[in-house]
Amino acid sequence: MRRVYLDHIAGTPLHPEVLEAMRLSLGDITGNPQSLHAEGRRALDAVEAAREEVAGLVGAQSSEIYFTSSGTEANNFAVKGLALGQQARGRHIVVSAIEHSSVLNSVKALEKQGFSATLVPVDRFGRVDPADVAKALTKETVLVSVMTANSEVGTIQPVAAVAAVCRPRGVLVHTDAVAAAGSIPLDVKALGVDALSLAGDQFYGPKGSAALFVRKGVRILPLIDGGIQEGGRRGGTENVAGIVGMGRAARLARQEMDTRTAALVPLRDRLLEELPGRAGHVIVTGSRTERLPHHASFCIEFVEGEAMLLSLDMKGVAVSSGSACTSKALKASHVLLAMGLDHATAQGSLVFSLIEGTSAEDVDHLLDVFPPAIERLRGMSPLYTQYLQERGS
Amino acid sequence: MYSDKVMDHFANPRNVGVLPDADGVGQVGNPVCGDMMTFYIKVKDDRLEDVKFQTFGCGAAIAVSSMVSEMAKGKTLGEAMAITNDLVAEELGGLPKNKMHCSNLGADALHEAIKNYQDKRAGRAPREGAPVDAHEHESCACPYCDSSLEEEDKTVCRACRVEFEECPSCGGITKKGDDKCLHCGKPMKG
Repeated sequence: MRRVYLDHIAGTPLHPEVLEAMRLSLGDITGNPQSLHAEGRRALDAVEAAREEVAGLVGAQSSEIYFTSSGTEANNFAVKGLALGQQARGRHIVVSAIEHSSVLNSVKALEKQGFSATLVPVDRFGRVDPADVAKALTKETVLVSVMTANSEVGTIQPVAAVAAVCRPRGVLVHTDAVAAAGSIPLDVKALGVDALSLAGDQFYGPKGSAALFVRKGVRILPLIDGGIQEGGRRGGTENVAGIVGMGRAARLARQEMDTRTAALVPLRDRLLEELPGRAGHVIVTGSRTERLPHHASFCIEFVEGEAMLLSLDMKGVAVSSGSACTSKALKASHVLLAMGLDHATAQGSLVFSLIEGTSAEDVDHLLDVFPPAIERLRGMSPLYTQYLQERGS
Repeated sequence: MYSDKVMDHFANPRNVGVLPDADGVGQVGNPVCGDMMTFYIKVKDDRLEDVKFQTFGCGAAIAVSSMVSEMAKGKTLGEAMAITNDLVAEELGGLPKNKMHCSNLGADALHEAIKNYQDKRAGRAPREGAPVDAHEHESCACPYCDSSLEEEDKTVCRACRVEFEECPSCGGITKKGDDKCLHCGKPMKG
């Protein structure tokens, strides 16, 4: 059966060149990058070359890049490491209400250690207003963390404007760019951020490869204590093949970003335009203009996300949903609720995220199988029956 | 993550629909946990002559409803009341741990329909059509995101930013502006 993978946000496939680079590194590199012998130096060279590539993707210097095992680790490292590093100056943190759980739960962990936090709301498109961030700052604030783009609704945040209100106050700014890095141009100097998280598996690199940019001179405490790896800020023998893969993926992303974007944006826009009309009672979530190039997200009324996900999977289409039933914790999406959607509507969350190579035929296939799948589920939905009755009476 | 049997009942659910002349109707669940089920029954000589259901919910919720309807059809009311959540899950070849609450809703909805029938037959006013929430009301946690609420947070959840109002009937907290109470189903205004 035809398979159409539209779950970029959960992880991209490996680019063939990345796979090849990793295969070579797994086969040829024996040494530990910290060893002084020839084998060790060879491994170190591979890691440092990758660091250059990753730094280049976000306009950083290679000495400002710290490799981690995941975007989650990078976010934990940034939030905890920066906040604890500054706690002599104050113990207040400001984050947006729609951050990834790795940021929100890091903040919760810090609250147990005596920090306080303010959550900044978003508008109905999922955008943070920099003025709200400014209002949330206190004399005690040491860190602001606002994501670059949200994976569930695709909205790109005004990070540079957020940083602009924080820097004059001496407040550090972190941005979780996991969903954005590799897909949109990012430059840490232009953004004015002190730290930025990114993950290789969001731009055709391997899972288990990620990094944190920390601006030179910014104090950050290690999350993982150990040896001298990563400048003593992140202990543990380097995942050499993963780092090599992420480095290659970063280079490809920089080279191919424009062509990828040019190919994906028309398909994304077609989904945003056509899908609502195919089923009716479909709401586009997130911003139309400030949006990731591969991202189309919706709430489908009267049906639940996981049931749609399974139905589309049976028709060969892989997608994501932010519904409560899809999450292991059975909690409704904090992102959609923060945007003001009610619970029943938020349950109908569906995210289509395109990957390199997604074709017009793939989108045709989705648009063909989508309406009958929704119709079938609405046919058994008491909420839809109720709606029809109320409309009829 | 789901057994073949669950996927079969999800893909080809049995007994979906509405019985306009039902002898009993039972509705449980709320959209907060994602599932809502309505069961309709026709009773003849103390037996469930027909059972139909509608479900808003995940794959497990739909499969559970379908299985409950299949298990209940043709049974006496007593036998149907003895269908337990565990039996339903067992018949489905097991459910993931975090989906077990779906099987609770399935049996509950059927039992509510039977009670509704018995109430009507006994001439008792059918209990108000409030959806029964299978989840216990925890006043110390946000009903929308489950984050713990401090005393001063009773008007807004700091974690998910939902603003609350107290229900005039049961005192539970529900999102500001909602028409019906999340917990007792009664109107929030007046």
